[in-house]
Amino acid sequence: MGVIHRMWDWIDDRTGFSGTIKPLLDHPSPAGAKWSYVFGSATLVAFLVQVLTGIGLSSSFVTSTSQAYDSLQFISHDPFGRLLRGMHYWGASAMVLFIGLHMAQVFLIAAYKYPRELNWLSGVLLLAVTLGMAFTGQLLRWDQTAVWSIVVAAAQAARAPLIGNGLVRFILAGDNVGGATLSRFFAFHVFFIPAIVFTLIGLHLFLVLYHGISEPPKVGRPVDPKTYRKWYHEHLQREGVPFWPDAAWRDVAASVAMVAVIVGLAAIIGPPALEKPPDPTILEAYPRPDWYFLWYFAVLALIPNNLEDYIIILAPLLAGGVLFALPFISNKGERSMWSRPWAMASVVMIVMMIGTLWILGEKAPWSPAFAAKYLPPEVVHAQSAGVSAGANLYHEKGCENCHAVGAYGGARGPNLTYVGDRLTTEQLTTRILNGGYNMPAYGGSLTPQQLDELVSFLQSRKRLPASNPNTADVGR
Amino acid sequence: MTTEVQPDSARSHEHGSGLAHDANAAPTQSEQHEINSPARRKFLSQLSIGLGGLTGALMGLPVVGFLIAPLLKRPPQQWQPVGKINDFEVGKTVEVTFADPSPLPWAGVVAQTAAWLRREKGDAFQAYAVNCTHLGCPVRWLQDASLFMCPCHGGVYYQDGRVAAGPPPQPLPQYEVRVRDGNVEILTSPLPIGSPKA
Repeated sequence: MGVIHRMWDWIDDRTGFSGTIKPLLDHPSPAGAKWSYVFGSATLVAFLVQVLTGIGLSSSFVTSTSQAYDSLQFISHDPFGRLLRGMHYWGASAMVLFIGLHMAQVFLIAAYKYPRELNWLSGVLLLAVTLGMAFTGQLLRWDQTAVWSIVVAAAQAARAPLIGNGLVRFILAGDNVGGATLSRFFAFHVFFIPAIVFTLIGLHLFLVLYHGISEPPKVGRPVDPKTYRKWYHEHLQREGVPFWPDAAWRDVAASVAMVAVIVGLAAIIGPPALEKPPDPTILEAYPRPDWYFLWYFAVLALIPNNLEDYIIILAPLLAGGVLFALPFISNKGERSMWSRPWAMASVVMIVMMIGTLWILGEKAPWSPAFAAKYLPPEVVHAQSAGVSAGANLYHEKGCENCHAVGAYGGARGPNLTYVGDRLTTEQLTTRILNGGYNMPAYGGSLTPQQLDELVSFLQSRKRLPASNPNTADVGR
Repeated sequence: MTTEVQPDSARSHEHGSGLAHDANAAPTQSEQHEINSPARRKFLSQLSIGLGGLTGALMGLPVVGFLIAPLLKRPPQQWQPVGKINDFEVGKTVEVTFADPSPLPWAGVVAQTAAWLRREKGDAFQAYAVNCTHLGCPVRWLQDASLFMCPCHGGVYYQDGRVAAGPPPQPLPQYEVRVRDGNVEILTSPLPIGSPKA
């Protein structure tokens, strides 16, 4: 006992731990900071999970466009490799999730106000680089989707005025997706961006210590830059508790739970499956981003075509600009969300917007249903050879890719289950021949007989069988 | 903190022996004044910051240069064979593949590019990029429907590359094609996305 004590005293004296580090741990923090304050530390721990599992994965990942896919197969089929890949994926998910929660919480309690403006700004930059990590990470899963995601990223960059083509060449590391592309993303994912993340985390944590943890707000206790610092100091003198362990235990508990969930999901569900090989000549592809960008995938499908150039380039810049401007626009006054209804409303609106876009992105109703098969006879319900032939054409001519009959087919265009009730033969003929909004014109690719058959099939799509004389005028 | 320089103490004399000046020759008042001059300090600060910046640039610029090098290089365009003319049926559109003109040795499958080749009649071929002009996703050819369809956001093109539906802002880009000695050849090009001038 005595020996250990003396050893510690020696180490403490030579390292200066008690004099320098301990006060940082003991610094007084607001007593009311409870569970809603754990999101930041959880994000940090999720990042540590990423660093550790990333280092593990890098020990077997081959940064070569010809071999990365095979090395990922190797990793995925090794029990520990699979667990690491899973942890890296679920850890990334946790990091994105918790950075979002942390940001929403900080925004709702207006902790970004005086004097913590730079805490917020460094946090906004951390959000940006975290999303950068999420994106580049998905590309290192060097499969078919990764390759096409790079092309999609480059195609978005290409929309930038003046520098668009330069950006494309920078992203691809050349004229095309090639041998240099993956190495470049590897360097960014593993060295450049993490270096920025570490630097920003250092700054962010320093600022948290320097300004102190912001106290839970109270209605009627506005921030006044003239008096806040003095007030905060006195407040902590009066009611503060040492950060370690009074506040920190919740951070530890929450992070442990989070890591347990990450490991659990990695063990049970595992990493996302590798798609087909990264061969750009395999055109049977269905590129989708990971969940954290699926909502943006929906945005890209839904924005009006003539505004695309502006939205793809300006919207991210504008969003970043708003986040950056926030602590300067409002750096004093009420902090409680109960006196800031617009703050609450904007969080609710953003969550609803992203949530809705997510659901849409998952369903992707705008995508052609390539997997659609010929309609089964019980759905076609053919009363004549013409209707039957029309049903086959309906599949072969790609109508089914975008239109649904019953439970079959795509959702891009109107549902045609009962189109016979809505449109006359003439109307159907005109639409098929000339096309319409978002509908190709088939005038050049159907013979007159095929057109007749297709129309008679569509005409037979009625609520009740047309043969029933009692329903003759239902179509009106 | 106590003052470190105590010339009359033996201990500190030893301790100070590593310093630049001899402890016996204590600085004169004017020397002391010069050492403490604000102008000198300012100069030394600026010098250090300047030298630090220069070192940073010396270390960083080669990295930046290496990263942006692809912007300055223009790999050659080359005619690449995609098949014999008789392999292609008139009126049909088929996928053809060809190699990058100068792939890196470790490029593997990504050195290959695909295109949709259509034989109009005789020697007349059209080669369409597989990349949707909306965001670059690979469009698929539906032979019976005579349409290209994009799996990402539902872009649709006619067999001649014109936009039929969906978000694409432009027709499918085309590669140059020629027939030489019975071989169909495609002129390689940068990834056909972005402005057509690329």
